[in-house]
Amino acid sequence: MLKELLRSLKASMGIYEARDGSVYGLLAEFSDPAALLHAARQVRKAGYRHFDAHSPFPIHGMDEAMGLGNSKVGVITFFTGTITGFALGWWMQWWMGAVDYPLNISGKPFFALPPSVPIIFELTILFSALAGVAAMLALNGLPRPYNPLFYSKNFARVTDDGFFLFIAASDPKFDQATTRQLLEQLGGYNIEVIKDRGEEEGVPASAPAAEATVTTS
Amino acid sequence: MAHATKDLSALARTDEEVLVQGGLTFHDITELVAQHTEKKTPKAWWAAFSVAFLGMLTLVAMLAYQVWNGVGVWGNNIPVGWGWPIVNFVFWVGIGHAGTLISAILFLFRQRWRTSINRAAEAMTIFAVICALIFPTFHVGRVWAIYWTLPIPNQMEMWPQFKSPLLWDVFAVSSYFIVSLVFWYVGLIPDLATLRDRAALMGRRLRAKILGFFALGWCGANRHWRNYEKVYMLLAGLATPLVLSVHSVVSFDFAVSIIPGWHTTIFPPYFVAGAIFSGFAMVVTLMVIARKAYGLENVITIDHLEKMNIIMLVTGTMVGFAYITEFFIAWYSGVPYEQYAFINRATGPYAWAYWIMMSCNLIFPQFFWIKKLRRNIPFMFVASIVVNIGMWFERFVITITSLHRDYLPSSWDYFVPTWVDVLTLIGSFGLFFTLFLLFLRFVPMVAIAEVKGVLPEADPHFYETHGDGHGRPATVQVNRGRSS
Repeated sequence: MLKELLRSLKASMGIYEARDGSVYGLLAEFSDPAALLHAARQVRKAGYRHFDAHSPFPIHGMDEAMGLGNSKVGVITFFTGTITGFALGWWMQWWMGAVDYPLNISGKPFFALPPSVPIIFELTILFSALAGVAAMLALNGLPRPYNPLFYSKNFARVTDDGFFLFIAASDPKFDQATTRQLLEQLGGYNIEVIKDRGEEEGVPASAPAAEATVTTS
Repeated sequence: MAHATKDLSALARTDEEVLVQGGLTFHDITELVAQHTEKKTPKAWWAAFSVAFLGMLTLVAMLAYQVWNGVGVWGNNIPVGWGWPIVNFVFWVGIGHAGTLISAILFLFRQRWRTSINRAAEAMTIFAVICALIFPTFHVGRVWAIYWTLPIPNQMEMWPQFKSPLLWDVFAVSSYFIVSLVFWYVGLIPDLATLRDRAALMGRRLRAKILGFFALGWCGANRHWRNYEKVYMLLAGLATPLVLSVHSVVSFDFAVSIIPGWHTTIFPPYFVAGAIFSGFAMVVTLMVIARKAYGLENVITIDHLEKMNIIMLVTGTMVGFAYITEFFIAWYSGVPYEQYAFINRATGPYAWAYWIMMSCNLIFPQFFWIKKLRRNIPFMFVASIVVNIGMWFERFVITITSLHRDYLPSSWDYFVPTWVDVLTLIGSFGLFFTLFLLFLRFVPMVAIAEVKGVLPEADPHFYETHGDGHGRPATVQVNRGRSS
């Protein structure tokens, strides 16, 4: 039960389990953002869930095409960073200035709200920003130095001008032959089987391998 | 009918938003920006770097000299207890603000032209804030006790005094620095991944490893982009009030006191406008050089520069309006000290500084009403430097003229900076340019992923009206050729 939950959580970050002799999934290239968007929509329609679109920049409408809901970063940021920063800024100035070390400055009150506003404000912003980035990294499963996709030499172009769709082998609907057929039908080319060769085989640290041993159709 | 409207809207979209010129493809943009971090260091870079580095060494020497001998080596003396260090602090913080304005506020307003300049502007912000932080840090006199300003538990069982605007400054500027740095780094992640993948393809393994570490394993996944875009927007939303608050808090250092000429409610908006004004001038100075030196004229186009000049015109006029408002309020308040402070500014011993400020900040930017001058690169380069000279003098006028003659004529004096003051200011420019040159050398200076995202080809709808949706059809090139 817990294991299943963890698995689906990881899948939401794009971290999948390999199957049948370290098969990680199928990677197909598409010509442009529109073709990728179309493919993602069709793959979703065909019932796949463990798949992802990879592109050099975010593609408008892709979240919807992939059936992903709204990002949770905002909510998490608010309930962790924003509230913490606000409360800490308030509490700190009150406790330090009025409780632990009360100091009479020109007869001013030990604690008052108006002079405390700037620091409360700054800490709210600071904690929100840090929590937001932490939430983004956590939800994305980053940093992720090892990713089987990096074995594909062709995939290195994803940060340049390559548009890719990846269907993970961990998806219940995954079948090498039929999935490949689907990707071909949708206009995918350079279709590769990605293998999760694990850490023991001289894994490229967060960089695509120069020698890719994947089969290309 | 419906068909015609669709065609028209597509045309309007491609014609209206030519943000990148020369019909560049996605790969062209990667190549254009990334190559500068990969090729051999140009000789011109070394020449510029050695000058800047020399300046930085000057700064280090001057600070060491000051720490050894005390604040007395500067011109600060009663009644002018805040001399050049505070002038320089406010000046550098102000420079930084344009970077955040471009990266955050223009992002929220969906000004997509910002993408080609935001990376460099954010870098400028970070380096300017570093320069700024040096001055108050050393101005405290005993730099080894600077940690007293932070609420760190200590053996003295003392806490900072939170009712002081100077302490608000500590929190505001350091929060600003951290948030700007995080914002910049988050924006960099996809581009670092681009450099990483290119390094791997070139077979430069060590380079790929180092970049791979900082790229955090980015693979362009849409599941990642989704959260990434969200946090980017959040950071923009957080940085916007932050940047406005930072210079407001800086102005509180002055406005919360009771010195005539400082004690005014107009300070926060007036300081923020001035900060944006000077920051944009600095961005123009840097971009005019960088786009030429690195051949980025198609990405940082003349239209971008013109837009920045318009912002300079607007903010410069706002600042000038604030100068005049200050005079009016001084007269209208009926307070003789306040009135004297302003008459003394314009006609007293520092009148020369006041009129430099007025002509550089209010009068000079008015030339930008003329479109020809807005699009003239040599002119805008000169104008941007003039503006920054003017803005430095604004802080000089505010700080020095208000202090040198306050309530008691017996304590009046004329402030003169020392050679240490002058060399420290020059040295701070050295530090700034050293950091900026390192940035140009090692980091993609244009946000590659973001610029790709504003190309017409990045919009999936583009392919509905151009070709069959598969492949990059020939009609695309024809259309782009016509529209640019």
